Amino acid sequence: MTSETREIVHDQHSHPGWKFYAVIGVILLVFTALEIVGYIGETRHWYSSGAAAAIILVLSAVKFFSVVAYYMHLKFDNKLFTGIFVFPAMLGMLVIGGMIMLFHVLHGEATAIHPTLTSNEAIHGAGTSPSPGPR
Amino acid sequence: MDSTHALAGHAAHPAHIDTSTGLDSRKMAFWTFIGSECLLFGSLIATYMAYKGRSLKPPYPHEVTINGQHFEGVLNIPLTSFSTFILLMSSVAMVFALYNVQRGDRKWGAFWLFATAFGGSIFLGCQVYEFTNFYHEGLTIRSNLFGSTFFVLTGFHGAHVTVGVIYLITLGVMALKGRIGPERTLNVEIAGLYWHFVDVIWIVIFPLVYLIR
Repeated sequence: MTSETREIVHDQHSHPGWKFYAVIGVILLVFTALEIVGYIGETRHWYSSGAAAAIILVLSAVKFFSVVAYYMHLKFDNKLFTGIFVFPAMLGMLVIGGMIMLFHVLHGEATAIHPTLTSNEAIHGAGTSPSPGPR
Repeated sequence: MDSTHALAGHAAHPAHIDTSTGLDSRKMAFWTFIGSECLLFGSLIATYMAYKGRSLKPPYPHEVTINGQHFEGVLNIPLTSFSTFILLMSSVAMVFALYNVQRGDRKWGAFWLFATAFGGSIFLGCQVYEFTNFYHEGLTIRSNLFGSTFFVLTGFHGAHVTVGVIYLITLGVMALKGRIGPERTLNVEIAGLYWHFVDVIWIVIFPLVYLIR
């Protein structure tokens, strides 16, 4: 058997059958239901909003990796495809994380909801907010 | 050598192709496109997250009390949960479509392609209903920071779903006409990559926008 033949045979047999994909589908549904339970738990004060956010994010991360690895076949395909996807995906997540840090964690109260002051006023003093544009 | 060719004929798509990487250029190009889409949605989600909770006037996404004044949230979680379930199920249908096309079962391949497109259409219907409701409740793209970032982010995703639905219907019609078979599995596989990517993006958007306050 040539190396090319081996590669083709590998390609044919490494993909799981439809039952496996159906099980992944059920897992996705169950995890989505659990995410909603996480949301409901937070609204009914069963646990803190931080705990709810952590639960929901972990569940969605598992769903993300399940779809990417199995439905998009990255687990079975050439690793070059994984690299092409993972590099920009990591960059995107870095940008999202950076913006959350910059606007929510590092700015603290300046970025909180305030009925009368804009964030600009909170940082630089009253009267420094931009004038409202046409509505 | 004969056995190699026989296997290549039966394989969904030849694993070894005469390119510098040994991989199909169309698939490589599509993964590169998906990578660029990651950056596009990354920037849209980052913008939404930066302005999350910073709207100075209602409507607000979630129920909130500011200075003793109570505001109801506009987000319809039951409706969006339903549309999320439908979108996830359409991804399962897409997997079945590819599976049947690889097996040479054109009728079932077409059926699952149309089922996937139908799931996407229901998702879009829910989104149109949601957007219309928001408009009647006073939330537009110009209302506040939440409106601007929400409509841009979910609108871009909805546009991608729309393109996907058209793409899948086209492939379904081609499969019915006998123009999509095991020899052209890659066409369906690429459509599947697109559809699953749209699903993956929603897997990120749904918790960040709807579930986490």
